[in-house]
Amino acid sequence: MAALSLAFSNQVWRGRAAPIAAPAQPTGWPQLDAVLPAGGWPDAALTEILIPADGVGELQLLMPTLARLAQTERPVLLIAPPYAPCVAGWRARGVDMAHVEIVAADEQRTLWAMEQALRAGCCSAVLAWPRQIEERQLRRLQVAADSGRALAFVFRDRRHAAQTSPAALRIEIETQPAQLRVRKCRGGPVPAQPIAFEWD
Amino acid sequence: MLWACISLPHLALDGVLRQRAGTQAPLVLMDGPQRARALMDVNEPASRAGLRAGQPLTAARALLAHFEAVPFDAGEVEHWHRFLAAVAYRYSSEVALLPNAIVLEVGHSRTLFGPWPELAQRLREDLAQLGFRHRLAAAPAPHAARALAEHADGSAILDAKDLRAGLSHLPVMRSGLPDAMATTLMEMGLRTLGQVLAAPREGLRRRFGNELPQVLDRLTGAAPDGLARYRPPDHFAQRIEFEPEIENLSALLFPLRRLIGDLAAYLSGRDGGVQRFTIELEHRANDSTRVQVGLLEPLRDAEALFEFSRGRLEAQRSGAPVRALRVLADELPPFVPSGRDLFDRRPAHALSMTQLRERLRARLGDRALYQLHDTLDPRPERAQDNRISAFRLEGKAGRDDEAALDEILPRPTWLLERPIPLRGAAPELIAGPERLETGWWDGAPVRRDYYVAQTSQGQRAWIFCAAGQRGPWMLHGWFA
Repeated sequence: MAALSLAFSNQVWRGRAAPIAAPAQPTGWPQLDAVLPAGGWPDAALTEILIPADGVGELQLLMPTLARLAQTERPVLLIAPPYAPCVAGWRARGVDMAHVEIVAADEQRTLWAMEQALRAGCCSAVLAWPRQIEERQLRRLQVAADSGRALAFVFRDRRHAAQTSPAALRIEIETQPAQLRVRKCRGGPVPAQPIAFEWD
Repeated sequence: MLWACISLPHLALDGVLRQRAGTQAPLVLMDGPQRARALMDVNEPASRAGLRAGQPLTAARALLAHFEAVPFDAGEVEHWHRFLAAVAYRYSSEVALLPNAIVLEVGHSRTLFGPWPELAQRLREDLAQLGFRHRLAAAPAPHAARALAEHADGSAILDAKDLRAGLSHLPVMRSGLPDAMATTLMEMGLRTLGQVLAAPREGLRRRFGNELPQVLDRLTGAAPDGLARYRPPDHFAQRIEFEPEIENLSALLFPLRRLIGDLAAYLSGRDGGVQRFTIELEHRANDSTRVQVGLLEPLRDAEALFEFSRGRLEAQRSGAPVRALRVLADELPPFVPSGRDLFDRRPAHALSMTQLRERLRARLGDRALYQLHDTLDPRPERAQDNRISAFRLEGKAGRDDEAALDEILPRPTWLLERPIPLRGAAPELIAGPERLETGWWDGAPVRRDYYVAQTSQGQRAWIFCAAGQRGPWMLHGWFA
């Protein structure tokens, strides 16, 4: 009784429950998950991936995520990819191509198509490779990803790293040595050290 | 049995008016021989100017200098009449056409659409949206419903017992009896239907022959109604003409919306959907542009159909002036409404994947969305194929795991459409070779050694050279 009355009179510090929420969208790269504030991709938000050239592991970075999302009801959309996805290669990495749809769009309509796909709310992730994209357009994509509760990934050249961006997460892939550098992450400090990226 | 009657007093004029976007100019419908044209019906602005149905055209011209006179077209009226019957078919399987009216049996539809006042409300909404003025009534017999509708809009006799009593106060002149008979009855002093029904049958028969008793029996439901039941047609075709011609695409959108709305109304009447239809733009000199709209699955929602038609029409960009717009639909497959899962985790306003696909296709082209599947060919160029995205995601297609070929090296994630020479410094070979020697049977033989290599920029490439050699290198994919 005495303990109870103490508890009710707010004289006992009860401690705080640690947030144990599982990350909503783990990247599948434990070292990367560890440094990201959300414990994975920022959910329903735009992620920018900055690359020096094609073929540096930019898809490998997403493969665990795509393999996981391909198990869900909502398909993954690729908007105007620069090359054809190799079915055998994707399947070997666990992605069922029956859940991946490709949209052929010209340069001007890539962003329109991406925004529509994000806003529609029926895709789990939308990937695009726009050649030119302005901050205002990135912001639109960010808003669309939020309203459609989808993951948005934009692949851009590394030289755009200096440009400001409304994306929730910006990751740069470096090749020599192979590592990931988080350029911006919403909701937490930017990790100072790059993360080793052993992708093959 | 409960029959509803939709009386359409201005059927011909409404059919003309609905093709003009909310016109405020006086317009009349005229008919009659060339020398003695008379007005059949007038619209609201014309009526305000003093024009009346029945006036000779010359008298009308004296009253109002400028108005549009549209000749009466019996074929057109017939078309609208049948179109509305198709709309009414949504509520009943028994629909029949009467002059300027449609009757439908609604007694059996009550469990589905609620009691008569609710159904009447639905009918009124449908008709108002389609732009047809109407009068509604219900009675246990179709001819009685017709007579009631002519007499008082909105009246209803729901019980067969009350039918005779309900009809008795109708004036003879407006009870649907043939005009000559009604006039004679009036001259005999029988002014209401009640008096006629109470008159001795034998006397009426002697005076009018067998016709009058039969008409009376049909009116009271004592005899079969003798109406041919309407069957909806298996195709949809509707046309709007423009005067003057339309050159601007945006001006076509209003009539297009109207036509698509009619198509949707017709489809819900049939409980069907449409998957493929044609929009035809007629130009001068028998020239026309046909825009095919092909959908991934049958649809019937007016808004969606309009959106997808509009996208395709805008992609057309034919500058020629348009004289008429036509929508044709021949294939009308059954429509299966899509359900949503109660535990669906998508946001509430989410479109279905099909809607998204249609929206993208409407703007980007019919072949813009595709999926990849693999074939049984081991040559990388032919190992995969496009397939237009369809309604449902298909399960495993092509090769399955057991049949997977022995691939020694991993396959890349990006595949170049055709191999290109690898330029720059000699790459550092990481793995390989994997020899591919196949295709001798169809004239495109392949003898290659594939390697995984790293370029000076740190890219991981999938390259090959002729079997047994070390270069020149061809780039075929990226391990992205």
